[in-house]
Amino acid sequence: MHLGKLFLNASLNFDWGDKMEQLIQQFVNGVSLGSIYALIALGYTMVYGIIKLINFAHGDIYMIGAYIGFALTTFLHVGFFPALIISMLLCALLGVLIEKVAYKPVRNSTRIAALITAISVSLFLEYGMMYFVKAETRTFPELLPNKQISILNTNAVLDIKNLYIIFVTISLMLILQYIIYKTKVGKSMRAVSLDRDAAQLMGIDMNKTISYTFAIGSALAGAAGVLVGTYYNSINPLMGVVPGLKAFVAAVIGGIGIIPGAVLGGFFLGMTETMVSAFGGSLYKDAVAFAVLILVLLAKPNGLLGRNIKEKV
Amino acid sequence: MLELQNLNVYYGAIHALRNVNLKINQGEIVTLIGANGAGKTTTLRTISGIEKAKTGKILYNGQGLDSYSASHIVKLGISHVPEGRRVFSTMSVFENLEMGAFTRNDKSQIKKDLENVFSLFPRLLERKDQYAGTLSGGEQQMLAIGRALLSRPKLLLLDEPSMGLAPIIVKEIFAIIKDINKNGTTILLVEQNANMALQCANRAYIIKNGEIDIEGDAKDLMNDENVKNAYLGG
Repeated sequence: MHLGKLFLNASLNFDWGDKMEQLIQQFVNGVSLGSIYALIALGYTMVYGIIKLINFAHGDIYMIGAYIGFALTTFLHVGFFPALIISMLLCALLGVLIEKVAYKPVRNSTRIAALITAISVSLFLEYGMMYFVKAETRTFPELLPNKQISILNTNAVLDIKNLYIIFVTISLMLILQYIIYKTKVGKSMRAVSLDRDAAQLMGIDMNKTISYTFAIGSALAGAAGVLVGTYYNSINPLMGVVPGLKAFVAAVIGGIGIIPGAVLGGFFLGMTETMVSAFGGSLYKDAVAFAVLILVLLAKPNGLLGRNIKEKV
Repeated sequence: MLELQNLNVYYGAIHALRNVNLKINQGEIVTLIGANGAGKTTTLRTISGIEKAKTGKILYNGQGLDSYSASHIVKLGISHVPEGRRVFSTMSVFENLEMGAFTRNDKSQIKKDLENVFSLFPRLLERKDQYAGTLSGGEQQMLAIGRALLSRPKLLLLDEPSMGLAPIIVKEIFAIIKDINKNGTTILLVEQNANMALQCANRAYIIKNGEIDIEGDAKDLMNDENVKNAYLGG
């Protein structure tokens, strides 16, 4: 009797611990996935904030960032952090170049013209890359120590790669925050996104501001590409399509054009998807992501952080 | 100081300005008045480089402005307070003023100019950490003018500073415009409130359907029968 009670207690404890461990594990996964979405979503939202263009080629810049990371680490045997930084720089350049070549000529055209241009750039990057690097999936070399730590002495394990993703994402977001609120470039970006004409009347150079926006947004996508490459180890030329779309959804959920909204939307979407997978619905996770988008838009058409400031006349 | 010569501006097929000639001398307040849609705002937007003229010239101290971008024109000393104030609503009052000094790097001078603006508009100092979008219309107008002053303009373009404001605030704003002018800034004032504008200005131009209709001394125009009937409510 006594022994039976003890056994029951133990099994209850164990059961509780097991669920908790699973939850912690999924939480960590959700934060990692959310980080990736947030990094890509930031570029979407910044570009939209400045020139009201949905840059559908953004997910492909993430893919190219992954390939740059792959080339650097595989052929040049560069380490993780140098690869990350070089890939960010090259993606920044690519972003600026794309804007100058493809978007600038249609800047004063209709929005549908700009949108069609963005889709063409996206297809060009995807199938251009496929021509050069072939369609097959490539395997990223192991860059980060393959170590697992148990969390709080439980059975939940934390892959050290998760920590790298979260650390890099948070650092980049802090740097971005600093740029946007403390530097002249950041302030000019905010001013242009609030009122383009008034910003020009302050002496802000539109072309420069747009270039900086594409550079920063693309660098963040490049970082996401390298992070995903090292985390999942496999990359291919079409890897940017679905995450690009998801990041767009994340940006819209948070309120497109609003920077904290992109971060919130990214983490929210990452967490939702992981939890749906964890509780047995992994087949439906994409459907759930879009269902969440529809629900958010029904309730708050401007996104979670979107607001309507009334203009005084 | 500023001279517009045969300026023609189009919006697509619409001919918004037709052969506009206009001259502003150093130290003057010149007003450009006219009905809605006559081309007043377009004139200002073309001077500050947001719109481009199809033909004609804009000379600023003898130098052609046509090839310069809007941001460069600010650096040359022309500052434009746009219609409807257009303050940056989710930036603080202080940040808005900082944006006005965007083209400048002389930190100590900027600080001095900030203090000047705050002494000109004490209410902005009280509200300096508030979002600009939360200010009243009159306060927003003060902020827009203060912001423009922070670029240290030699020529200030004002687009309907009285729009939507209570009469008492309008008086206050016009008094400040005169003060700014006394301190050496030349002013081009666009207004629908012709009475106030003519009282304040040295010279005036009346624009109608994109063409300069009448020009002359502000005082003469105030007593002109045609002008009285058409613009000053009899």
